[in-house]
Amino acid sequence: MLSYLLFIATVGGIYGLLALSLNLIWGGAGMVNLGLAGFFAVGAYASALLTTAGHAPIAVGWLAALVAGGAAGLVVTLSTTRLRADYLAIVTLGFAEVVRLLAANEIWLTRGSDGISGIPGPWKAALGPAFNAVYFLIVVAALAVVFIVVRRIDRSPYGRALRAIREDAQVAQVAGKPVLRFKTEAFTLSAAIAGLAGALYGHFTSYIAPDLFLPLITVYIFLAVASGGTGRPAGALVGAYLVMTLLESSRFFVEWIPSVTAVQRAALKELLIAVALILVLRLKPSGVLPERIPPAPQAR
Amino acid sequence: MIVLQALVNGLVSGTLLAVPAIGFTAMFAVLRFPNFSVSGVATLGAFAGYLAYGAGLQMAGSLVVAFAVAGTAGLLFDKVAHLPLVKQGALPAAIASIATGLVLENVVRLGFGNEPRGYDRPIARDIYLGEIRVSPQQLETMALALGLMLAVFAALAFTRIGKAMRASADNPELAALKGIRPERVAMMASFVGMGLVGVGGMLFGLDSSIDPLTGTRILLSIFAAAVLGGLGSAPGAVLGAFLIGIAEELSVLVVGSQYRAAVGFVAILVVLSLRPRGLLGERAF
Repeated sequence: MLSYLLFIATVGGIYGLLALSLNLIWGGAGMVNLGLAGFFAVGAYASALLTTAGHAPIAVGWLAALVAGGAAGLVVTLSTTRLRADYLAIVTLGFAEVVRLLAANEIWLTRGSDGISGIPGPWKAALGPAFNAVYFLIVVAALAVVFIVVRRIDRSPYGRALRAIREDAQVAQVAGKPVLRFKTEAFTLSAAIAGLAGALYGHFTSYIAPDLFLPLITVYIFLAVASGGTGRPAGALVGAYLVMTLLESSRFFVEWIPSVTAVQRAALKELLIAVALILVLRLKPSGVLPERIPPAPQAR
Repeated sequence: MIVLQALVNGLVSGTLLAVPAIGFTAMFAVLRFPNFSVSGVATLGAFAGYLAYGAGLQMAGSLVVAFAVAGTAGLLFDKVAHLPLVKQGALPAAIASIATGLVLENVVRLGFGNEPRGYDRPIARDIYLGEIRVSPQQLETMALALGLMLAVFAALAFTRIGKAMRASADNPELAALKGIRPERVAMMASFVGMGLVGVGGMLFGLDSSIDPLTGTRILLSIFAAAVLGGLGSAPGAVLGAFLIGIAEELSVLVVGSQYRAAVGFVAILVVLSLRPRGLLGERAF
């Protein structure tokens, strides 16, 4: 039971990282990333390949995941001229699909649908059964660092400029803010965080395959950020654990319904998540922890 | 010769693709958000048509059923989930539409499972023109798609509601001032747009087989066709669909069939980098 809870808490923390990543651009700058699963996969593969085939230390793999995720984010933003929100949505969706195609077909590199197994965990042999607990702490530490960074951004003049862009990019531009640069930077940082989350995931489960990075993960994270409260990092974290709770409890609930096949069970679970997302957007768009609008600075 | 065959195949799949692409782009022009539920609606249309055809309806009748069921679902979801969110901006509506697409996909999965199903059309011998091979079924679906497209363009050009839709897409405030009721135009766009998407799902299903992911598989191609032609432009969507259809078939010769689905993405990136408003420009519809 304890190990099950630890597992849930760790995966929830990784979802929390993804939620922070999405919140930075969605809540912060009003952009969406429908390809979150793709950046998650880029990080996971970068780190897994470096540490298995490349025999690099795990820390190097994680650093590489950050860089790879960020670089992918930069490529996507630079190719989406002016970063209009609707185009960005379409492009990112396509990006995740292409990443999955590459992972499934470039067998020489990724071993295709067999996936990469035997991804090393930090001090795994020495720790033995304590590994899960230690890894949970590592994820919490990563979460804390990222949380402090994004909250710092949120409250800085930089974050205010991002929110101004979210509210009205034209006004921000007129006020002299380099809108395109702000958006590109925010998106790149967000993609880098998603990449790091992917690496943490791979080294935790020690196995990755293209089928683990389905677009459904992106939907989970949107539900997390929407239910927790867009525009507030703490909300994204709360939302991630809300989604994790919903996912796990729905598993028990669905098993309890008599005479449904495994496929139907999976369908019911996806249905539940989708309906929850619609309900949150319609009924409580501000989420559990609504965004706090700080008072305007006093004129001196 | 193999290139010529690929061109012919591309022309066929481009014609099929044009139907849902017109639907998607028309909805974008009027409702102003990218509706991602086209994946689920295309699947729904494919299965509705499948049931109707299995129940003994003719091909054209089954397409009408696919249109009506998909259109009704589109109307319903726009009403309860998407359009109330458009007031907050295009993004919340787009995100909600991902969720509604997922709802439809899984409703179909609950009822039919994941196994692919075929329409069981009568088998006919392929027609050879020199060394180019086409099947009579392909010609039939192509003719149906072309007929439908002609009807849509005629409706847009000559009927009152068609003109109202174009006016509303061009300038909603001015259209409203002229007494065009925006809600009615929006409902029409939802119904006809998603109806076309449903028919598109069925047309692709006729060509191969259907399963809950049928719509997801053509989603990127639909978007690519619409973006390539210019989001909101119906003639642009047709042009884009033909180009994407041909490019997808040609790509099979170069990189193999496993990267067929990436063609749409690459096309979107190229268009957005070189000509962000698409070949025919936005809102030329």
